[in-house]
Amino acid sequence: MNRPAVLARRARDRHQISVGLPTLIWLPAAIGFALIVLPVAGLGLKTDWPRLPELIFSESALDALRLSMITSSISTVLCILFGGPIAVILARSRIGGLRLLRALVLLPLVLPPVVGGLALLFLLGRTGLVGRGIETAFGFTIPFTTAAVVLAQTFVAMPFLVVSLEGALRTAGQRYEAVAATLGASPMHAFRRVTVPLVLPGLASGAVLAFARCIGEFGATIAFAGSLQGTTRTLPLLVYLEREADVDAAVALSLLLVVVAVVVIAVARPRFVEGQT
Amino acid sequence: MSREPAGLDAAIVLRRPEFTLDLAFAVAPGEVLAVLGPNGAGKSTLLGVLSGLLRPDAGHVRLGDRLVTDVAAGVHVPPHERGVGMLAQQGLLFPHLTALANVAFGPRARGVPRTDADAAARRWLIEVDAAELAERKPSELSGGQAQRVALARALAPEPALLLLDEPLASLDVDAAPALRSLLRRVMRGSKQSKVLVTHDALDALVLADRVMVLSGGRIVENGPTREVLTRPRSSFTARIAGLDLIPGTAVDGGLKTADGMLISGRQSEQLADGQSAVAVFPPFAVAVFRQRPDGSPRNVVEVEVAALEPHGDTVRLRAAALPAGPGWVDGLAADVTPAAVADLAIEPGMRMWYAVKATEVAIHPAAR
Repeated sequence: MNRPAVLARRARDRHQISVGLPTLIWLPAAIGFALIVLPVAGLGLKTDWPRLPELIFSESALDALRLSMITSSISTVLCILFGGPIAVILARSRIGGLRLLRALVLLPLVLPPVVGGLALLFLLGRTGLVGRGIETAFGFTIPFTTAAVVLAQTFVAMPFLVVSLEGALRTAGQRYEAVAATLGASPMHAFRRVTVPLVLPGLASGAVLAFARCIGEFGATIAFAGSLQGTTRTLPLLVYLEREADVDAAVALSLLLVVVAVVVIAVARPRFVEGQT
Repeated sequence: MSREPAGLDAAIVLRRPEFTLDLAFAVAPGEVLAVLGPNGAGKSTLLGVLSGLLRPDAGHVRLGDRLVTDVAAGVHVPPHERGVGMLAQQGLLFPHLTALANVAFGPRARGVPRTDADAAARRWLIEVDAAELAERKPSELSGGQAQRVALARALAPEPALLLLDEPLASLDVDAAPALRSLLRRVMRGSKQSKVLVTHDALDALVLADRVMVLSGGRIVENGPTREVLTRPRSSFTARIAGLDLIPGTAVDGGLKTADGMLISGRQSEQLADGQSAVAVFPPFAVAVFRQRPDGSPRNVVEVEVAALEPHGDTVRLRAAALPAGPGWVDGLAADVTPAAVADLAIEPGMRMWYAVKATEVAIHPAAR
């Protein structure tokens, strides 16, 4: 029997009593729960339901939603393409300095996103170290384009994929890869036919987490890409913009983001929610 | 990729904090070498070096005329280019592939087209009596079934050397005998060298031509299976072996020794009359008497007590053959309580009678 089924059965067994659960724990847990749920529920109370369709299907809102979906999808793919190999190296390589490498990869996780956006701007801006070279060589600049949105999202979301996938790789262990090698499989063949299929669930939950982070991304985007409708104004940026001009629109769009988040959690379940990476 | 049968020749030094593996040995083409030893003796480390997953500190590993490890010359052929197969304790079938795809994995990895690889995999599944399991996923297999599929998978690439890492240890008592006799049948038919790591003397007895006993990373004994197990030269090996063995040929209801004595016992599997076999029983099943006993035990033989060894909270008697008696008596052990030793006033040189009930005696096929 697989593990989720065992967990589910254990949870349903009414003969089992709870151990390791002091009664006092319930109080702070309830406060914490309220802190998460009440604001979101409050959004529902504040919503101008009759005007909701009109607000959500306005041109600027649809532009922002479309842009958010497209850029987040591309960013998630980039996270898999570049973060995936990083996770494999962190989990499998025996080179020195891995701990430093891991700390650096996790940097965007602890860095304020707006700082990340500024850093990207200084690197890739017109006067930046790499940006100047790109403009001379190819005649274009990255900041304040849709590409900048993608870069900003990839920057902040990459650690989520790396952490999740590295955990899955470590849990899977190297035993199956060793068996594959004794069967004559080259490292590449073993990677494609054994490693990747085995960590697919971990990769999927990492990708969902990264996607969710991309959808919510604000600070790095506004610093590096600005807020141009249809080009760089994603949903969170639009919500921030509308909060002064039209509170009802801001609330409606926020509700839309909540729906997106709920869908993401539903898709990602049960793996990372139940601690299974 | 099929290879010429190739022997194994190895000399290995590998230093670990807990012990140093330091040994040299050879295995002829087609031969089965059992490696016995307690946990921490270096058995798994040895397999790691042979398969190429571990790099030794010094020494070499040669498969036929191919040098796959030579520390001095800087040679270390990676595991996937060695042609060294491995059957692990838990089978480790790839959980996302069917039994058939698991077996076809090796040939596919070597570039065999899919249809040919599948056909070969079906042949190997038939070989291990698992043809009907082809479409099942590993999660739908019992331990014994999974281990049979894993055996087929290890054999499918036709490795020059097959390593078996306690292949029966994780099976329950019902499944182990069936797989043991399957291993015996399949291993006898193949020409590759085989190294079987086990802690069970019975596995060595049924499957191996030769036994190498390891302790603390060194070889303490190395020789033909029956010789090592029946006449342990060190108390250490005797403890590992821990079984009484009587060689002979299978007959209805038991085994007949070379000198014609019938040893009554239960056959572990259907054996043909006249087939080479061995009677096995634990020393604690042996009762000792000063006079020839007259009772239910079917197997009674007169011995001379050669030695008394403390063995846990019992005393192990070692028998020696009488000048005119059968030679196989030599080394037979009997465990008795210290009180019995005192009551019977047992001492070396005394003549005693050993008696064993037929129900305690298992008749197994012998490796050769």
